[in-house]
Amino acid sequence: MSTNNEWPLWEVFLRTKKGLNHKHVGSIHAADEEMAIENARDVYTRRNEGISIWVVESSHIHASSPSEQESLFDAANDKVYRHPTFYNIPDEVGHI
Amino acid sequence: MGEISLEEKFQNTIDKESKIEPKDWMPDGYRKNLIRQISQHAHSEIIGMLPEGNWITRAPSLMRKVSLLAKVQDEAGHGLYLYSAMETLGLSRDESLEQLITGKAKYSSIFNYPTISWADIGAIGWLVDGAAIVNQVALQRTSYGPYARAMVKICKEESFHQRQGFEIMTNLAKGTKEQKEMAQNALNRFWWPSLMMFGPSDKDSTHSDQSLKWKIKRMTNDELRQEFVNKTIPQVEFLGLTVPDPDLKLNKKTGQYEFGAINWEEFYNVIKGRGPCNKERIAARTKAQKEGEWVKAAAKAYSAKKINRRNTKAA
Repeated sequence: MSTNNEWPLWEVFLRTKKGLNHKHVGSIHAADEEMAIENARDVYTRRNEGISIWVVESSHIHASSPSEQESLFDAANDKVYRHPTFYNIPDEVGHI
Repeated sequence: MGEISLEEKFQNTIDKESKIEPKDWMPDGYRKNLIRQISQHAHSEIIGMLPEGNWITRAPSLMRKVSLLAKVQDEAGHGLYLYSAMETLGLSRDESLEQLITGKAKYSSIFNYPTISWADIGAIGWLVDGAAIVNQVALQRTSYGPYARAMVKICKEESFHQRQGFEIMTNLAKGTKEQKEMAQNALNRFWWPSLMMFGPSDKDSTHSDQSLKWKIKRMTNDELRQEFVNKTIPQVEFLGLTVPDPDLKLNKKTGQYEFGAINWEEFYNVIKGRGPCNKERIAARTKAQKEGEWVKAAAKAYSAKKINRRNTKAA
């Protein structure tokens, strides 16, 4: 059996209810975007898990590499002054 | 200070109970072991649809029919979650399905037993899904992120499967004499194969030690099997049925049920393709793949045509 008929892979994002953002839930194979939405509906929303679906062809996703993790994210570690708890507010002022 | 090796870093991540994600470095053995286990798990979900599908058109009521239909559809969904997790490790869906029909990849031996009466559908939901739940609950903590996430989704849905099975068994066991006999007969046939679902005994399990160190598996086969027996025997008693094991007894000191010897010869026979339904199951998959091939080709051609038309219009 040939394998060249394999349909492309799509990443599936669901909005579980209004007011929340779409969240990645998994992936699905489909020949085109219409079928990807239909398949995502059958596979990922059998129990009211979503009210809106996004599908993105997996090959269109660009990701950072785990080897860049330090250079990308560690720089934030020594910037404690970006957090509100870094600043002293006298108790008598109350909540700011 | 020496640099720590990739392998040490990998093991440290696992020891800290952090997850390994698709693009992280991993040893070849870890990748291979996971592909084997996840694809076997996915194939089991897909093959598992066949013995149950056998009863969809003959379910005794419309309610039982829609429940069974929904359960079988869930099994398809579970297979798809797992194939997606497996694909993040580099084996394609088509290659994996090919390995299923050529026999290179295995699936759970339990699905090579036939479903000859309606009670078997009850027994499968109760025992087979029950055993799967014990296994899968532990796997929610597996070290590979996509596999763990698939397990969380699957566990949420399995509970309905087991409850619908137990309800079928309860109705039969509390029904007429013939119905109770049918339930007992199904239990007799599915009891030992259900215990075999957890795989070989720890002393004979080839993949166990490494899998536990890498936290692919979180409990040994024998530990999981014992947990299943402890959970299930009180349910058997509630039904007023008995398991086909004269050696079964409660050890009051340990609180564990001790059970008789498993017929491992039968287990290995079924794994090697000599179970009652191995040929039938693989034939059904082969037919589905062969006869579905033109649909895949047509949908792909249609998609290419649509993209082409869109591009021509834009130009």
